[in-house]
Amino acid sequence: MAHIPVSASAVQPILPPSTPDVPIPSGSVGFVSPRFFTFSDPLPLASGQVLPSYELAVETYGVLNEARSNAVLVCHALNASHHVAGMAANDAKDLGWWDNMVGPGKAVDTNRFFVIGVNNIGSCFGSTGPVSLHPDTGKPWGAAFPVLTVEDWVRAQVRLADSLGIEKFAAVMGGSLGGMQALSWAVTCPDRVGHCIVIASTPRLSAQNIGFNEVARRSIISDPDFHGGDYLAHNTVPKRGLSVARMLGHITYLSDDDMAEKFGRTQRAPAAGGEFHYGYDVEFEVESYLRYQGEKFSGYFDANTYLLITRALDYFDPARNYGGDLAQALDKVSADFLLVSFTTDWRFPPARSREIVRALLKNKRPVTYAEIDAPHGHDAFLLEDPRYHAVVQGYYDRIAYKLGLPERTSTTGVLA
Amino acid sequence: MTTIQSAADQSPLRPDLARIASWIMPQSRVLDLGCGDGDLLAYLRDKKEVEGAGVELNSAHFIASVQRGVSVVQQNLEEGLALFDDQQFDTVVLSQTLQSMHHTEHILREMARVARFGIVSFPNFGYWPHGWSILRGRMPVTGEMPYQWYDTPNIHLCTLKDFQDLAASLDLRITHLATFNFNKEVRLLPSWRSTLALYRFESPKRAA
Repeated sequence: MAHIPVSASAVQPILPPSTPDVPIPSGSVGFVSPRFFTFSDPLPLASGQVLPSYELAVETYGVLNEARSNAVLVCHALNASHHVAGMAANDAKDLGWWDNMVGPGKAVDTNRFFVIGVNNIGSCFGSTGPVSLHPDTGKPWGAAFPVLTVEDWVRAQVRLADSLGIEKFAAVMGGSLGGMQALSWAVTCPDRVGHCIVIASTPRLSAQNIGFNEVARRSIISDPDFHGGDYLAHNTVPKRGLSVARMLGHITYLSDDDMAEKFGRTQRAPAAGGEFHYGYDVEFEVESYLRYQGEKFSGYFDANTYLLITRALDYFDPARNYGGDLAQALDKVSADFLLVSFTTDWRFPPARSREIVRALLKNKRPVTYAEIDAPHGHDAFLLEDPRYHAVVQGYYDRIAYKLGLPERTSTTGVLA
Repeated sequence: MTTIQSAADQSPLRPDLARIASWIMPQSRVLDLGCGDGDLLAYLRDKKEVEGAGVELNSAHFIASVQRGVSVVQQNLEEGLALFDDQQFDTVVLSQTLQSMHHTEHILREMARVARFGIVSFPNFGYWPHGWSILRGRMPVTGEMPYQWYDTPNIHLCTLKDFQDLAASLDLRITHLATFNFNKEVRLLPSWRSTLALYRFESPKRAA
């Protein structure tokens, strides 16, 4: 039976005109379509610039209860969107990026929680971003789109919470860059976040992290098709630069062991007798994989968005205004925290999560921290490690218990 | 904060944990090292309004603690208590774990650093049947120490006197002692008759 999201607010979901004739798997929220929220008040940004108006693409799953106490905001990472769970109405194969985590009976149980996925401004998946039309010119924003920060995203999301009538979230949750947004929510709107769930994240980027981002940006900006960011006006896209940026990103998401396991030194289509070709085309499986990923990514992702998002990552540093003292920066938070890190994540390693844990403990905040010994590097936060899912599920079940929400009636997905 | 009745089973606390709980002030802050399924912390939260935190390495135990709503961090105690600041807690508990730690002195010093009071429990190697077992040419295997010599995690076993000497050398002032013989508290000849010893100590005064 299809699980049709209906919210208690005046905002009714737009259902797909005809539900595709595909069975709904157990634990799936079913077919979903985005809704668009327009905000016509100008949004002041950290850079001093102003976004005159903006639109957010949003998906919701489950039902907002009478008390409006069961809302969960899911913040997305670099290349994801509002499509967190379920199957896109126009493409049953297009699964939400956290479909293994969110759904009826899953760790984040939509039978009890009202879950909101929101696409950030500056993105290229439906919310206002560099590919959107500038209100004054009617042409794409392109290079003129203002530079953004994590705090700007949160400010934009606050208005969404207001328009949905949600004063306080049961939880704000995210992985990687999404975790930074969750942390930023807890810092900037302390009384609106009951629980803050920060996964595979960091309180700030290291020099190495910024270095990787810079290489990715340079590869895009130095692509001859970039045209200073106004490539759309030239009817082109900097595919090569974007592709290289993605290849680099991919290496940082995987662990060394994981790559050894997946590819090793396996040759791709070797010459007769297993010989090398002695050239610069693909010799190894890993090269083929990275090229494929880069190619695929450059076909759907906007280059300016990539620049904006990596820059927002670089800027994030809540302790900056407190002389680097993270405990002081987190002094005002009143949320309970769950943090999860993965031992083989070398992009945002456990030591970074521990810094946040330490700062919270110093402030006497209730904090639970899981360090999952998983082989999959940074990407583990999107995968199906049962210990990881059990921690998140146990934590959400306690949130439900504290808020007086109904008990879990089924367990689906990873822990079924 | 309202007290939350644990959704988990409300089974009574093990006698040694109940004794530990009796040494903890209501509404104080407690750190439980190797907190297992979080039963002591959940009990202290529900009965004494204690704000607690646990440390547990084992994933299954850790998850059980999370399900109980106990705040718990997944860390290896051997690496010390780097996540915790000086005197962050009123009491720190190390229950039946001391004997399996590599760095016994280090963990005791760390406990003294993060809390004003410490509570430790460990199997008493001086329990008289152990001597009997050794006289018969065998390493002791009992309820508190159910392991064979070659697969035991207990690498630093000691007697009550041994522990008291170590505590004194670290300037830990022992305030309470309780001894158990298989879940029954014993007071007569505890050095010989007890299988499990519980000590509460006060950390050395720190220079302000």
